[in-house]
Amino acid sequence: MLAFTIRRLSQSVVVLFVMSIIVFAGVYAIGNPVDILINPEADIAEQEETIRRLGLDKPIWTQYGLFLANALQGDLGNSFVHNLPALDIIFQRLPATLELAFLAVGLAVVFGVPLGMLAGLKPDSVVGRVIMTGSILGFSLPTFWVGLMLIMLFSVNMGWLPASGRGETVDLFGIPVSFLTLDGLSHLFLPAFNLALFKMSLVIRLARSGTREVLLQDYIKFARAKGVSDARIIGVHVLKNIMIPVVTVLGLELGSVIAFAVVTETVFAWPGIGKLLIDSISHLDRPVVVAYLLLTVTMFIVINFVVDILYSILDPRVRLGGAN
Amino acid sequence: MTQTVPTLQVENLQTQFFTKAGAVTAVNDVSFTVNRGEVLGLVGESGSGKSVTGFSILGLVDQPGRVTGGKILFKGEDLTQYTEKQYKQLRGSRISMVFQDPMMTLNPVLRIDTQMVEAIRAHENVSKAEALQRARDALGQVGIPSPEERLKSYPHQFSGGMRQRVAFAIALLNKPDLIIADEPTTALDVTIQAQILYETQKLCRETGTSLVWITHDLTVVAGLADTVCVMYAGKVVESGKVDDVLDNPKHPYTEGLIGSVPSRNKRGQPLTQIPGMTPSLFNLPKGCSFRERCQYASDACQQAPSISKCEDGRLVRCHRVEEALSHV
Repeated sequence: MLAFTIRRLSQSVVVLFVMSIIVFAGVYAIGNPVDILINPEADIAEQEETIRRLGLDKPIWTQYGLFLANALQGDLGNSFVHNLPALDIIFQRLPATLELAFLAVGLAVVFGVPLGMLAGLKPDSVVGRVIMTGSILGFSLPTFWVGLMLIMLFSVNMGWLPASGRGETVDLFGIPVSFLTLDGLSHLFLPAFNLALFKMSLVIRLARSGTREVLLQDYIKFARAKGVSDARIIGVHVLKNIMIPVVTVLGLELGSVIAFAVVTETVFAWPGIGKLLIDSISHLDRPVVVAYLLLTVTMFIVINFVVDILYSILDPRVRLGGAN
Repeated sequence: MTQTVPTLQVENLQTQFFTKAGAVTAVNDVSFTVNRGEVLGLVGESGSGKSVTGFSILGLVDQPGRVTGGKILFKGEDLTQYTEKQYKQLRGSRISMVFQDPMMTLNPVLRIDTQMVEAIRAHENVSKAEALQRARDALGQVGIPSPEERLKSYPHQFSGGMRQRVAFAIALLNKPDLIIADEPTTALDVTIQAQILYETQKLCRETGTSLVWITHDLTVVAGLADTVCVMYAGKVVESGKVDDVLDNPKHPYTEGLIGSVPSRNKRGQPLTQIPGMTPSLFNLPKGCSFRERCQYASDACQQAPSISKCEDGRLVRCHRVEEALSHV
C-alpha cells in the first residue's frame, strides 16, 4: 500500500510536469494575449509597460521557467484579466461545480443502479424495456437541449423550479453551498438532473449487463441451492459483483463531470469553473487556463487513486502495489 | 423416519426445455431410488441429461426448462408439487448440492464465513456466533487446516481442491438427508479427487446422508457408489447394483463406456471408443437413440425399446436383453 502510494505520487509529478509544458505551449500558440488585453487606443509606451508588467516581453522558455519556479512555490500566477491569483479565482468557483457534480453522480448511482438491476433481472418485461429505452434517450439527447427542455417544462410552463443561478447559499466550513437551503436545493435540482442524465444512462447499462452476466454464474445458482433468499442473492451476491465496473467507470466520469460541466453550467448560468474556463480561453488568460488544467489533472489523479482503493475494497482479488 | 421409505425416489421424471427451436426433452422417463446412506452413481456422457436430472430434483432447472412429468419423492413427499417457498426451505437444508467447477461455485467477492453463515441462517434462526462455530466445525470436518483463519479468507485464496472442500462443507452445514454432487471431482487432479471421495464416503456413512454422484468417470463410480444409473440421451439405459453393472454390462452403451476406460487397454493398441457422437436432443434418431452407434443394432431397434427387468433386479432398456429374457 505504501509502495503503491509512493509510486503513484511520483508518476503524478511527471504527468503534471509534462502537462504544464503542453498547456503552456498550447495557449502560447493560440494567440497573443496582448492583442486582447491592451486597449488599442493606448500609446506605445503604455503598451510596452503593460507587456513588461505581464512578463510577456521575455522569450517563451524564460516565461515557462519563471512559471515553473513560481509554481513549485504554489503560485500559479495572476490572471491577466482579473489581476488576481489564478488559483484564487478557480477556488472561488470550484465549490459550485463540485456540488453540482457530486449531486449529479449521486443521482446517477441512486437511480441508475436499481433501475439497471431491475432491467437486468427482468430483461424481457415491459418495465425492463421501458428502462432500456429511457437509457437510450439519456445517451443520445444532447445535454444542452435537455437542459433547455427542462427549463421550459419545469421553470417556464410549470413554474416549479428556478432556471438559473445558485439560489441562497450557506457557509459550510467557510465554503458557500446551496444544498443546505431549500431555495438552494431548488436551484440545484434541474442542473444536477441535467448533468446526471447521461451518467445515469451509463450506470443503467453497466448495471443491467453486469446483472445479467452475474445471474448466469455458478455462484448464484449455488447460493440458490443453499436456500438463500432472493433478496439476499440480489442485494448482496449480485450487487457487490456489479459495483466493481460501476465504481470504475463512475470514478472516471466524476472527473469528467467536474472538468467538463461547461454545457450545463452555461445553460443554467451556474457560476462554476466550466463557465470560467470558457471565458478564460476566449480572453487568452493563460495563467487561469494553465492553473485550471493543472488542477483538473490533479483531480483526475486523485480520483483514480481513490477508485483503485475502492476497487481493492470491493474486489478482494485486487491487491494494491502488486508485482509489475 | 421409517427405514422403509427411501430417501429419494424418482419416478418417470421428464424435464423439457422450451426453446425457440422447439421443445427439447433433456430428461425422459428417468426413474431411480436412493436409500438412506446409499450412494447412487449417475453416469453418462456430456449432454446425456444427468446434470439436468440433478437440478430437477432441487427445482433449479434454468429457464426455459421445467419438470413436465413424473414424480420426485423425497422421503415420501412429492417435490414436483412443492411451491417455490417450500423448495426454498428444502434447498440447502434437507437437500444440498455441490457443483462441478469449484473455481466458480463460491462468490469471489464474499468471504468464506459470510457464505457459510448465510447458508445456516437461511434455514435456522441462530446467532452469528453459533453459526460461525458450526461453519468452523464443518471446515474441520472436510479436512481444511486451521479453519478459524480460513473462515476469514476469500475464495481466491484457496486452491481448487480446497474450494471444493469448502463447497462440501457448505453442503454439509445443515446436515442434509441428500447431497447431489454434480461432477464435483472432474476439475480436480486425481490425488485430490481420491481424498475427497474418501472423505465423502466416510461422512455419508457416519451421518447416514444419501448421495447422488453425477459423473462421467466410471472408475469413480466403481469405488464410491452402491448403485449406478447409466444415462444416454436423456434416458436411463441401464441401472442396478454397481458390481453387477460394471462386471457384466448388459446394455451395449454401458459395455462401450466400460470398454473406453483407458486402463483396460493393452499398451500400444489403439484405444477403444464408441463410434459416432451423442445425438443432438433436437434431432434424436427414431427408435432406440443409441441405434446409430450400436454394433448390435438390428431392424427391431427402429422401435424404441422398453425397460426390461433382469433376474438380478437390474433394469435395461435394450431389445437384445428383452429378447434374451423372452427366450428363457
